[in-house]
Amino acid sequence: MTLALQRYAAYLPSGRLGAADIGTAAPRVVASFDEDSTTMAVAAAATALAGAEAAVDAVYLATTSPAYLDKTNATAVAAALRLGPECFAVDLAGAARSAMGAIRAAATSGGLAVLSDVRVGRPGSADEKGGADAAGALLFGLGEGIADVLAQVSLSDEFLDRWREPEAVTGQQWEERFGFERYAELVRSAAASALSSAGVSEADHVVLVSPNSAVRNRAGSLVKGASTTRTSPVGHAGCADVALALADVLDEAGPGETVLVLSAADGCDALLLRTTALLPERRQPRPVAEQVAAGSPVSYTAYLGWRGLLQRELPRRPEPDRPAGPPSARGAGWKFGFAGTRCDRCGFLHLPPLRVCRSCGAADEMTEVSAAAVGGRVATYTIDRLAYSPSPPVVDVVVDFDGGGRCALEVADAAPESLEVGSRVELVFRRLFSAGGVHNYFWKARQVAGPSNEGGS
Amino acid sequence: MASNGIRDTVAIVGMGCTSFGEHWDRSADDLLLEAVGECLLASGTARDDVDAYWLGTLSSGQSGLTLSRPLGLDYKPVTRVENYCATGSEAFRNACYAVASGAYDRVMAVGVEKLKDSGFSGLLRTDPPADGTASELSLTAPAAFSLLDPAYCAAHGVHPDGMREAMTHVAWKNHVNGARNPKAQFRSEVSKEKIDAAPRVAGRLGVFDCSGVSDGAAAALVVRAEDAYDYTDHPVFVKALSLAAGPMRGGMDPAYDFTTFPEVVRSAQDAYAQAGITDPARELSLAEVHDCFTPTEIVLMEDLGLSHRGEAWKDVLAGDFDLGGRFPVNVDGGLKSFGHPVGASGLRMLYESWLQLRGEAGARQVADARLALTHNLGGRPGGCVSFVSVVGSERGQGS
Repeated sequence: MTLALQRYAAYLPSGRLGAADIGTAAPRVVASFDEDSTTMAVAAAATALAGAEAAVDAVYLATTSPAYLDKTNATAVAAALRLGPECFAVDLAGAARSAMGAIRAAATSGGLAVLSDVRVGRPGSADEKGGADAAGALLFGLGEGIADVLAQVSLSDEFLDRWREPEAVTGQQWEERFGFERYAELVRSAAASALSSAGVSEADHVVLVSPNSAVRNRAGSLVKGASTTRTSPVGHAGCADVALALADVLDEAGPGETVLVLSAADGCDALLLRTTALLPERRQPRPVAEQVAAGSPVSYTAYLGWRGLLQRELPRRPEPDRPAGPPSARGAGWKFGFAGTRCDRCGFLHLPPLRVCRSCGAADEMTEVSAAAVGGRVATYTIDRLAYSPSPPVVDVVVDFDGGGRCALEVADAAPESLEVGSRVELVFRRLFSAGGVHNYFWKARQVAGPSNEGGS
Repeated sequence: MASNGIRDTVAIVGMGCTSFGEHWDRSADDLLLEAVGECLLASGTARDDVDAYWLGTLSSGQSGLTLSRPLGLDYKPVTRVENYCATGSEAFRNACYAVASGAYDRVMAVGVEKLKDSGFSGLLRTDPPADGTASELSLTAPAAFSLLDPAYCAAHGVHPDGMREAMTHVAWKNHVNGARNPKAQFRSEVSKEKIDAAPRVAGRLGVFDCSGVSDGAAAALVVRAEDAYDYTDHPVFVKALSLAAGPMRGGMDPAYDFTTFPEVVRSAQDAYAQAGITDPARELSLAEVHDCFTPTEIVLMEDLGLSHRGEAWKDVLAGDFDLGGRFPVNVDGGLKSFGHPVGASGLRMLYESWLQLRGEAGARQVADARLALTHNLGGRPGGCVSFVSVVGSERGQGS
């Protein structure tokens, strides 16, 4: 038995910067104020793992925008996915090339490669115009998958094309043409090597991504696919780029087709895949193209405030306390996994978990149950213009979950004008706020399209 | 609920209350000295004759030293209590029990809050270190109470405009009453148009739907009922004291519909039983209730048994609870207009009852006031503490 690509998913946040605001042809995909590389990784991975049966042995989180240093971020991703302590959760953080590190690790020893990034550029910069925030997840495992790995080739090179000092929010770029000349040779060489080692003369689909915009702009002329040749679907999304572009192919490719994935970042990594008959039935539920076309406008000033590039007036309310370590650890099942307790005697679901049943009074006869993947409907809601928030006002809902349980939650990506009693919501993992250098991760409710008042009593 | 009560066992023989408001030039110490001084004067009692103190404050100090230091007390027992916004009532309740037990002859209940030194709007929370998931972190008090409005409309088929009108009437009424109270924070009438047009704070709650954030202090001297006439010709007798702390089920139970406070229902039933009251709307003369936000007062009318379910909004609009209506509520302006210095508010409600039952309420005097109810609530819909007291002008009155 060999390892194969089992499942994939891409996550594009819903925010869109107006093309007119930043001087581009298309809107720029931006993560909301409550999203970071960790939360978007959870969103992509949860979609990829939905329906997966085998245990996930490893999570390799690759990002150029880690939420923490000195502390592993993949452990938060694994906790939100409730993968258990046996799962090896590790970060590969720093450069866009970390993405291929995660993919190679997962493809070689099994596991989930999660690639996630929030790419920040100074106002007016190429990174602001040509970047994107996104995440993707690729699950490798034993057994028949959606694509077999035919070849992996990696060439490394040391030269100054993109770089960023560790304390800087935005990075730098040498003249693109310098990098392009280096990359052109590396890309051709890695592609030829991967194809020849697999005995394939020409790939049906070629994906070429790179932090170097000149490489992206000339992707079609460097290596051609027999059927399609493509690059980043939304602009350079850091580590997420390669997963997004591959997901875009897998959304459309037929069975038995070869896909050559090339990532030109500090060298060039090539991954040659052949899709299987399982692909059509395991495509991600929302294709990349559909996610690109969706989205809601975000005002430029709001966006600059979210990224700390514009200091806005804060509400006259105290900033919240930082979450404390010991209670967060004791309550990790709740905080990260949205796991409450269901009474073994009467079935009442407690969100958050309690030891004494609110309905029948039984003590310590509880089973831990997560409602993270359970939808619900809005029992009542309000808009709080007084509450402290990085992006006021706060919209709050009381959610009644399908199958029991109730919890008051903030609304993510809120559209208050379409919110009503009975509105359907799903849960998403977000960063509520950061205080004292600690990110407060928890779950929010997100409105989902569709008819109200279904599935509830 | 099992409580024996201490009906007619103890009496209030003196009270004091500062004006409530933004007292930029006075500290909590200053406010305590004023309220305690007025209370001692009213009862003709010397400071050293008070045997023990219960001090209520949410966030203006810790321990009994918060009172013993400014007063310079001579090694008296002082207990600081806290029970959210029902803190002042809690100080009073414990003071009454201390006298009823026979442990002390004269006990003073004091409440104080200095909210306006923080520089922030609204109440500040002082929570223990936690995991950052509590909904109270993002949901402020006005937002939590704003949930009552759409829920009430949905449950009782009330058009949102009708509910808005009722909420506006509550604010308007309590401003009319506050305008007749020299100690109130807001002493002017406000037009209904202005109330409706106020900037929104949370949900449909505007600025005028919210209680006043203020500084203030109040105090009551409690003695044995049989000794009461030694201090004053018009003591106020304690008929009932009830407290209910909820299990906080509503926040996690889909069966809860945000149109009632079960804690209020329980504490009211208990208080009426203690006082021998069977028909509160007829037997009581007036009520001071916890109108922290305007929809709260509407819901409370039903929970306290002063309106039928689903009809309080209509009763409010009919003027039933206006000064001069069938059952005057918050004749001193309430939290809305008198202001809400948390630790003092429960005692402020008793202060107005004290004035009304003694016939000293001036322009807002309720005719023939004999029995008064105070209701004080801490927490929010879905989980709160609720206090209800009944006090009367005569010992042995009632059924």
